[in-house]
Amino acid sequence: MAERKLKIATTSLAGCFGCHMSFLDIDEKLMLLNDRIEFNRSPLTDIKQCSPSDIGLIEGGVCNADNVRVLREFRANCTILIAVGACAITGGVPAMRNYFDLRECLEEVYLNGTGVTNPQIPSDTELPLLLDKVYPVQEVVKIDYFLPGCPPSADAFLQLLVPQLDGQKPQLAADQLHYD
Amino acid sequence: MTNEANKAIDANSITIDGETVPFDAGQTIMDAALAVKIYIPHLCHYPGLTPAGNCRLCMVEANGKSVAACVTQAQSGQQVSSNTPELNAARLSITQMLFVEGNHICPSCEKSGNCRLQAMGYYLGMLEEHFHQFNPRREIDASHSTVLLDRDRCILCDLCVRASRDVDKKNVFAIAGRGIHARLIVNTASGKLGDSNIEAKDLAAKICPVGAILIRERSFDSPVAERIYDRQSISDTAMTEHVPRKEDDRG
Ligand code: SF4
Repeated sequence: MAERKLKIATTSLAGCFGCHMSFLDIDEKLMLLNDRIEFNRSPLTDIKQCSPSDIGLIEGGVCNADNVRVLREFRANCTILIAVGACAITGGVPAMRNYFDLRECLEEVYLNGTGVTNPQIPSDTELPLLLDKVYPVQEVVKIDYFLPGCPPSADAFLQLLVPQLDGQKPQLAADQLHYD
Repeated sequence: MTNEANKAIDANSITIDGETVPFDAGQTIMDAALAVKIYIPHLCHYPGLTPAGNCRLCMVEANGKSVAACVTQAQSGQQVSSNTPELNAARLSITQMLFVEGNHICPSCEKSGNCRLQAMGYYLGMLEEHFHQFNPRREIDASHSTVLLDRDRCILCDLCVRASRDVDKKNVFAIAGRGIHARLIVNTASGKLGDSNIEAKDLAAKICPVGAILIRERSFDSPVAERIYDRQSISDTAMTEHVPRKEDDRG
């Protein structure tokens, strides 16, 4: 009987998709992985709803109410949840807005900034509400593993995933530990 | 400790993690360790400057008592443990606290790759910051033409204070306030760096372990993969650090 494929879900919250790009950078090894894994909800599949999965990869920190909803959906569905990249783990570059009040940021961008025409702060039920600050994902849900880096290298992704194919705990090599 | 190790201790030696280490009278545990290339983690210590015992990363157990290795004199027969899981766990927590107390966003920091706080995180295997971030908002001083002070990243190690006072003989910096109110100040009437006589060649301008004091227009000089801690561990670079000696080119 063919081995059951490991189900992996991925998402980008307040991130730049750099971590996803780096993940795809594992090049031909993606083909090797392809025999052992399948993707669930992910920007790579366009599946919109997360169903039960073995591993969830979270890129990006938590900056708005929708990020919180998606993160909780992942936690509820993924056996192992992994924070991937500087933004997920520390808030990263988006968290640079944490040194200002949210109102200051909105006013700077939408009212007083250079080149603003028709100044108004957007407010629409379609738009997710911004949180007061950008939070690391582990401040919202329990995270099982962390993969630092901005982004983590393709090799770091492999070091994280390959052992888990055989039910082993991943261990990041010292030379793969980077915060940038 | 084994009997053999016991025998090896003579009048002027201590043991560090079971290894016999000689010392000269007046040397600290840190001095003795560095002399034989044993690494005890530290951020606020820099050989050649008077030790301050600020950062607490060099806490070791000497005869069962917790002491800061950089300010504790070596004493004959002292049995020191340093590289233990317990002490390294405490050092990791200290490092995480230093990260969350300031604004240390490595991907956007000019010092990234050359930062000793970051390198300490790597050395201790820090994967996340654990504690809630403070997100402080402290004053940036961009008043000087060649030296920039970004207080958000200052870890209050006091190295610039000592370097400026004792080596550069300019006394540009001081730490004011205590505890959570402690902050780095500039000793000028205006409090601005631009009104001080600091120069980019001064030790105080170069010694900052983090990206708080930066030489302007030198940021991102070396590409990723060629920066100090892309190639070396802080446990290696610590072995060659020393305040420039008289005969050295101060460059
Ligand atoms: S500015 Fe740098 S050298 Fe000075 S106390 Fe702060 S961290 Fe230390």
